[in-house]
Amino acid sequence: MAKVESPRSSAQRALSFYIHIPYCAKRCGYCDFNTYTPQELSTSDLGLITRPYVDSALKEIELAKSEVGDAIVPTLFFGGGTPSLMPSSEIARLINGVKGLFEFDANIEVTLEANPDTLTLAYLDEIRAAGVNRLSIGMQSAVKHVLVALDRTHNPENVARACKLAREAGFEHLSVDLIYGTPGETAQDWRESFESALALPIDHISAYALIVESGTKLAARVKRGELVMPNDDETAEKYLDFDASAESAGFSWYELSNWAKPGGECRHNIAYWDGSYWLGIGPGAHSYLNGRRWWNVKHPVTYQSALSEGKSPIADSEILSDENLRAEFLMLQIRMKFGIELNKLELKQQAQAKNFRDSGHIDSSEWARGRLALTPSGRLIADRIVRELMV
Amino acid sequence: MPAIPLNKAPQPAKTDPAQIRNFCIIAHIDHGKSTLADRMLGITGVVDARNMREQYLDRMDIERERGITIKSQAVRLPWRSGLDGKDYILNMIDTPGHVDFTYEVSRSLAACEGAILLVDCAQGIEAQTLANLYLAMENDLTIIPVLNKIDLPAAQPDKFAEELAKLVGCKPSDCLRVSGKTGAGVEELLDQIVAQIPAPKGSADAPPRALIFDSVYDTYRGVVTYVRVFDGKLTPREQIQMVSTGVRHELLDIGVISPEPVSSQGIGVGEVGYLITGVKDVRLSRVGDTVTSYHNPAKEGLSGYKDPKPMVFSGLYPIDGDDYPILRDALDKLQLNDAALVYEPETSVALGFGFRCGFLGLLHMEIVRERLEREFNLSLISTAPNVVYRVFLEDGSEKIVTNPSEYPNGKVAKVFEPIVKATILSPSDYIGTIMELCQSRRGTLGGMDYLSEDRVEIRYTLPLAEIVFDFFDQLKSRTKGYASLDYEPIGEAEGDLVKVDILLQGDTVDAFSSIVHRDKAYPYGVMMTTKLRELIPRQQFEVPIQAAIGAKIIARENIRAIRKDVLAKCYGGDISRKRKLLEKQKEGKKRMKMVGRVEVPQEAFIAALSTNTDGESGKSKK
Repeated sequence: MAKVESPRSSAQRALSFYIHIPYCAKRCGYCDFNTYTPQELSTSDLGLITRPYVDSALKEIELAKSEVGDAIVPTLFFGGGTPSLMPSSEIARLINGVKGLFEFDANIEVTLEANPDTLTLAYLDEIRAAGVNRLSIGMQSAVKHVLVALDRTHNPENVARACKLAREAGFEHLSVDLIYGTPGETAQDWRESFESALALPIDHISAYALIVESGTKLAARVKRGELVMPNDDETAEKYLDFDASAESAGFSWYELSNWAKPGGECRHNIAYWDGSYWLGIGPGAHSYLNGRRWWNVKHPVTYQSALSEGKSPIADSEILSDENLRAEFLMLQIRMKFGIELNKLELKQQAQAKNFRDSGHIDSSEWARGRLALTPSGRLIADRIVRELMV
Repeated sequence: MPAIPLNKAPQPAKTDPAQIRNFCIIAHIDHGKSTLADRMLGITGVVDARNMREQYLDRMDIERERGITIKSQAVRLPWRSGLDGKDYILNMIDTPGHVDFTYEVSRSLAACEGAILLVDCAQGIEAQTLANLYLAMENDLTIIPVLNKIDLPAAQPDKFAEELAKLVGCKPSDCLRVSGKTGAGVEELLDQIVAQIPAPKGSADAPPRALIFDSVYDTYRGVVTYVRVFDGKLTPREQIQMVSTGVRHELLDIGVISPEPVSSQGIGVGEVGYLITGVKDVRLSRVGDTVTSYHNPAKEGLSGYKDPKPMVFSGLYPIDGDDYPILRDALDKLQLNDAALVYEPETSVALGFGFRCGFLGLLHMEIVRERLEREFNLSLISTAPNVVYRVFLEDGSEKIVTNPSEYPNGKVAKVFEPIVKATILSPSDYIGTIMELCQSRRGTLGGMDYLSEDRVEIRYTLPLAEIVFDFFDQLKSRTKGYASLDYEPIGEAEGDLVKVDILLQGDTVDAFSSIVHRDKAYPYGVMMTTKLRELIPRQQFEVPIQAAIGAKIIARENIRAIRKDVLAKCYGGDISRKRKLLEKQKEGKKRMKMVGRVEVPQEAFIAALSTNTDGESGKSKK
């Protein structure tokens, strides 16, 4: 039976923060995130809406404090949307807002997602000074036609420039995001993209197979037959190709879609996967605490009006049953390099897992050491393995 | 005013045989038999307008919906002849209209002295009607040819009158013309029944002999047995005995149907009625058997009794294995009402626990399956239907095979398979394509006759196995639905047959084994392996699909191992959604069947086991 870690006493409780910045200059064709463009919000200037938005987010943080009490904050993550569109002063206000109410861990990791096109040295200096110490740069691809298919606006050369500037500004940890399996992307295109990423002065790479989310422009174009999604076998090849190259370039996988140099692992994301607690601030943000998950109303306007009336912005929540917790444990832990200790599995689950060990999807030498860890081909069918092991 | 007030009509057990006329209606489905019967009930006054409903005599929902009469009934109609002004009793014996129930039809015919040959004059005669007509003629029944639906704009009464006249051996002008719908000509028809059909003959003093022509299970009353008395008289509380089975019963109730059951003081020579003995199983009161008195038994029974013999077999399995006991109880219950249904438990590696069921034919099979699904709320998978094989091994021993997976591997000296005589009626335009179809199904042409200028009767001898495999669908699609088919078993013949097994990753999938002619083994193997490659999802390992005769592989396909089954992203907001998705997929897995280590979705079995390509065979009228 999977053991679920019991929460630590509230005095020492670790609580990560995710702060959602729900704005983008333009929506990318593949994106189904909870984000809005100035056009969608009927404004010409994001600056005009960021200040009241930050006011609301700060109110939510205060509400959270009154309910959660004391906690130590090991990680803080600005995601979006495009957080780098936010003036550095607003970033600082948010960081200080959390810091004023909760205790920051001495080694706190503060990440901000950034669009490479708009980064300047001055901006980077300012957010560095405000406490951001890790940047996650949306690179997606180094190949023009792939970026076009993804509906991305940035110039691929700007990624290298942004990394260089970030280094100059003193950022210790830099990450880029890559997407593979875009319609029209050849194996060679992908290789070109990831090789240029591996050559950057960074310590972390996330690489995701493109998911066609329903309701996106991409989904419509695929449905109309304008774009043809590559088959799963080609996408699997790309994963394996990248994994091997990343490992030999010194980036080791630590989660299914994440690779890092030693010490470069994103501690915030690890918190999601190892069952730690976190609070999500902002519209549509999810939170997890004491076996309960909840999520906020999606639209920034509804979110702000709730908070301005002093009401909770929570849309809905669920209490996780023991069965839910076991399923989540399995589904999240199996994605990690550390994997799952065999003694945390039931005998029936171990017997099922053995089949995957025999078929080369589970690492046999780790198995001998008492752990279930996936091989590269196993990671590619992780969901299937989880389904087999779910009881 | 030819209807007689019911209380003035001749009473059961007191009716002179000279006043009785027993008849049935031979007709194809949708040629309007039920509507005509409804009209007769109305005109003779046994059902008043207020209580009338469509297809009054067809009891089961399935019958009413599909327009098929499965179980025959008998209705006593009092009638004052418009020709001689005398009072008569007309017993209308309803007959099943389908190929599978030939034996039941023959017993219904045996209970009558005459038959109405009812033909839709917009469509002309169909193969099964023709077969039943021949059966009636063999039984020396007086035939009254009747053209129905004369009110239809598309009616061609003159054309089809000629066709009928030729078949029956009368003048076209002898064919009556009626409309069951409007009632036109129905009174005249009733008068002609009196005038043309002979009165029953029999000895009133002899020991009783009554022919069972139907036997129906009723939840409240137990088995209701329908009989026609040939000699003597049956009376209430009498001890009766079945001549063939020797079973003895007490008559709890006896009466006539008019059209609801009415108890009587008995039924005498020439009369038709029902018996109730409290028996719960129709197999104890079999169609074709003779009822006699226990204390005053007849020396011999009436001729023509046969045990119903299943001709087509299929495995029936519950989709949800937990439903097995429900399926068992359901079959037990259906058997109470269906002496022809046989079954025994069967285990399939692929499909789990189920039953091998034997049926009279394809329609019988469909009806049973539909009743199981509808009345017992079961979801079923059935294996492809097959026939009975008699296999002689090299050591001289004999084995009866009703399930292809039990077919012996190797060492087979000879195999015999059932053969049928098929009659196909069709517009002559389709002769070529019909012959092509029959030829490809190992048919031998028996003869061909023109019924009229542009309609032809084609006779073939065919292995029954070829008919149970989508023959009817093929025939219909090749003839734009115009051809009709009838067949009757005529024995067995040796065949050059082999068993083809289908293997998934080396394991035989018993449900897919099939006995086929040697020449068709390869196409069957290729068809099945290709189909399964499309239907079975990729697994985490490679799955070879093979077709084999014994150890010899004749076809092979491969399902490559799945390479990718994971969602790349899983951050805070994705966790709930992803867990719910996995839980849902896990639920879906319960509908998978395991063949060795290979997961096969139920849908794949269902699709692979369906013989029809257009997916509508089950609903087509036959």
